[in-house]
Amino acid sequence: MEELNNSSSQNEAPAVRCAEQYVTFAVGKLTFGVDIGAVREILRSQPLTEVPLAPTIVRGIINLRGQVLTAIDMRKLLSLPEFAPDARPTNIIVKADDEFISLLVDSIGDVIQVDPQTFEDVPSTLPHHVGALLQGVIKREGKLLLAFNPSACLSCEGA
Amino acid sequence: MSIQDDATLEFLGESLENLERYDQELLFLESNRTSNDTINKIFRIVHTMKGTCGFFDFKKLESVSHVGENLLDSLRSGKIEVSEPIISALLGLGDALRTIIVSISELGNEGDADFGILITRLTQLNEAEGSTNEAESSVSAPHDEVSQATSSATSEEDELSKLFAAGQAEFAASQEPSPVPPELATQQLPQQDESKKTEIVETALRVDINLLNKLMNLVGELVLARNQLLQFTKYHDDNEFVATSQALNLITSELQEGIMRTRMQPVGNVLNRFPRIVRDVAMACGKQVNLVLQGKETELDKSIIEAIKDPLTHIIRNAVDHGIEAPAERSQAGKSPEGTLSIRAYQEGGQVIIEVTDDGKGLHLEKIKQKAIERGLVSPDRAAKLSEHEIHGLIFLPGFSTAEKVTSISGRGVGMDVVRSNIERVGGSVDLTSTFGKGSTFTLKIPLTLAIIPALIVTADDRRYAIPQVNLIELVRVEQERISQLIEEVHGASFYRLRGKLLPLVDLRQQLDLAAPPPQRSTNIVVVQGDEHRFGLIVDTINDTEEIVVKPLGKLLKSIDAFSGVTIMGDGKLALILDVVGLARQAGVRKGTPPEVVVNSDHSEGEKVQLLVFNVDGEQRAAVPLDQVHRLEKVDSKALEKAEGKTVVQYRGGILPLIDLREVLGGRSAGYQGVLRVFVHNIGDRSVGFVVDSIVDICEEVVNVGTAFGTPGRRGSAVIQGAVTDLVDLPALVAQTGLEYDSSMEVLWKS
Repeated sequence: MEELNNSSSQNEAPAVRCAEQYVTFAVGKLTFGVDIGAVREILRSQPLTEVPLAPTIVRGIINLRGQVLTAIDMRKLLSLPEFAPDARPTNIIVKADDEFISLLVDSIGDVIQVDPQTFEDVPSTLPHHVGALLQGVIKREGKLLLAFNPSACLSCEGA
Repeated sequence: MSIQDDATLEFLGESLENLERYDQELLFLESNRTSNDTINKIFRIVHTMKGTCGFFDFKKLESVSHVGENLLDSLRSGKIEVSEPIISALLGLGDALRTIIVSISELGNEGDADFGILITRLTQLNEAEGSTNEAESSVSAPHDEVSQATSSATSEEDELSKLFAAGQAEFAASQEPSPVPPELATQQLPQQDESKKTEIVETALRVDINLLNKLMNLVGELVLARNQLLQFTKYHDDNEFVATSQALNLITSELQEGIMRTRMQPVGNVLNRFPRIVRDVAMACGKQVNLVLQGKETELDKSIIEAIKDPLTHIIRNAVDHGIEAPAERSQAGKSPEGTLSIRAYQEGGQVIIEVTDDGKGLHLEKIKQKAIERGLVSPDRAAKLSEHEIHGLIFLPGFSTAEKVTSISGRGVGMDVVRSNIERVGGSVDLTSTFGKGSTFTLKIPLTLAIIPALIVTADDRRYAIPQVNLIELVRVEQERISQLIEEVHGASFYRLRGKLLPLVDLRQQLDLAAPPPQRSTNIVVVQGDEHRFGLIVDTINDTEEIVVKPLGKLLKSIDAFSGVTIMGDGKLALILDVVGLARQAGVRKGTPPEVVVNSDHSEGEKVQLLVFNVDGEQRAAVPLDQVHRLEKVDSKALEKAEGKTVVQYRGGILPLIDLREVLGGRSAGYQGVLRVFVHNIGDRSVGFVVDSIVDICEEVVNVGTAFGTPGRRGSAVIQGAVTDLVDLPALVAQTGLEYDSSMEVLWKS
């Protein structure tokens, strides 16, 4: 699963700063955190309209009180096994560049406080397609919390 | 220096607006030289500007406007008379002031341009007392130089600078403008101006356009929320709830309308710059042009106005430069030496139409064909088969230009294709009609607003999609039995034979990678066109026309060719908006297909036909060409009688058989009760009466009237006045119901 890609560097995010609080969520066995400042809201499963010809990572579009948001299938983004057909993934509405998008994840965890000391660069041991989505990692109670960068989805080719 | 503070921005904005008015007044003054009122208006504009820029320390602006003010003061006191050189110089002043202001707003400083020559010229004009003859006589020595300079110059600036090159030899260049005696300056400002000015200021506000956009978005969302709320009122009977919802509904509608109006601006804002442009271009190429503007108050969304400014300007420059002939040439052709260029704007349906008409030499078909062939834009074979209208259309192809010499004004070969794509980018269209020797007309059609558009809703694979009405040409339904006759396969692609032309077919399900449909009784084809790509889109069903709010797609979805946006339907579900041009591209539909797949071209396409539109029953609409309707009558059902099994009525000394059109067209007939709405159709010297539900309207529409297809008695469908309307083929209907056309013999009844 490791891709050797020489053309892009993993740690491109210029101002890689540790956020004060992270909203955590799980996709498969991975635990992610996203800066609480970027999170707009969290919703249960929403009716979704599929978009023909869309990139694979786009599961569809949703209507959030009059705004149309692109819904990203996090499992597809991470090349993990697909959601079960009857699964009802949680929506995390986050800001990515100039727009809001919805991340479809397995479950939401707690909001946690992070000690900046524990914030590190993305290790090269992570598969490239995962590392490209992160701002960094946080070592926490022996586990790795992946600091997710929403804007990274938008540049993803999605195949 | 920082230029971002509000006061400065306001000053810059106001000044630009004032300079536009300044130009207009000057041009008016040019034709009405004794109008003191106008001179005063112009003076006040410059005077105000000079005064205000003193607060901002814009020295250059101040000194330039000061010289202008002096000259204007002399004009209004009668010391000097208005003349052509003065108007030109004052126009130059306006340009100079504009240049400085633009420099301030873009660079933060007044720029490096040196206006010494202009200042000299204005001073010089001011010092000549009495009539301009004196001024001219003192320039008499370099006069020849001057006139030569004028005719060979290609721009106002060149003209001025050449003038000055000549003039400077004669006059000592004076950089110091003569100061206006203070008493004179203050005295001349009548008190009533102040109050008039305040009046004008109070009826309008300057509002940040971003704020307006934000309000517009919010109202859009309010509309959607209101739509959803209205859905709920269907299921809840609570009176108070329903009443409150109704109130909310009304308020929202009015708010929506009001906000949309704030963005609407009169198209005159754009049109008003054209007198100046026409004047400049005409002078530069030695033409005489009379510009007529109509419909300046017609309103358009501000963003659309911005978008059409450049294309319109190009069309107009073109018309003056290439369209209208030189006075001598015109006289020879028996035309008046002065050409007329008319710009007419009006609203029709959901669009604003702008027609630019010139009475110049029109398009030369052969020359255009040759040029297009030369440039490799069309093959000689194909060119030979093009219709006149199609040849005109060639000028819109990239890389085309018929200018014999490229002038700095137009004709660089970058022209018409850019004009067309700019206009189409905002959802509009541009078309050209021309008669060689007589003139040309450009017709621009532009949507009223981008945000809310009328669209046809269609279904494919249980999902709804929206097709903007601006792309809609017509609707066709082909019954299963006739498919083999009317749909053809050419090189693996499907085509539909529509009135003699082969229309490429695009299957929406296929394009969107959706499953193939179950076998159907009939095929629904929506004939669409975008950017010269015309094709028939096969969909599952055709729903109705709706006004939809256009919402943009996110970054990841924007790049999909097939979609141009998404809308939220009344039930909260999302419908993707189809991008007709994108679909064409994706499906590989070639541009301008009729010339590609050569069939005889049907010249009756696109004629304006007068139609009688009527209701077949409560829901269905149909139309017949008005010239097939002899009279409209109301018939009391009590007067009906039976003859040989047919229902008839005594009418004008004869017998009028009746056909229930409602039944024939597959609608619900209420039978013959009460008063019937009948229109009378003549067959030779006999008449037939057709019973309908009610008459809707008589209108004139561009409709393709062709041969029958599919269901007997129908000629196809069109979207007329926003509603899907069947076009009825009366002759076929009559034949079907058992009457025979025979103008020379008696009408025979068939049982």
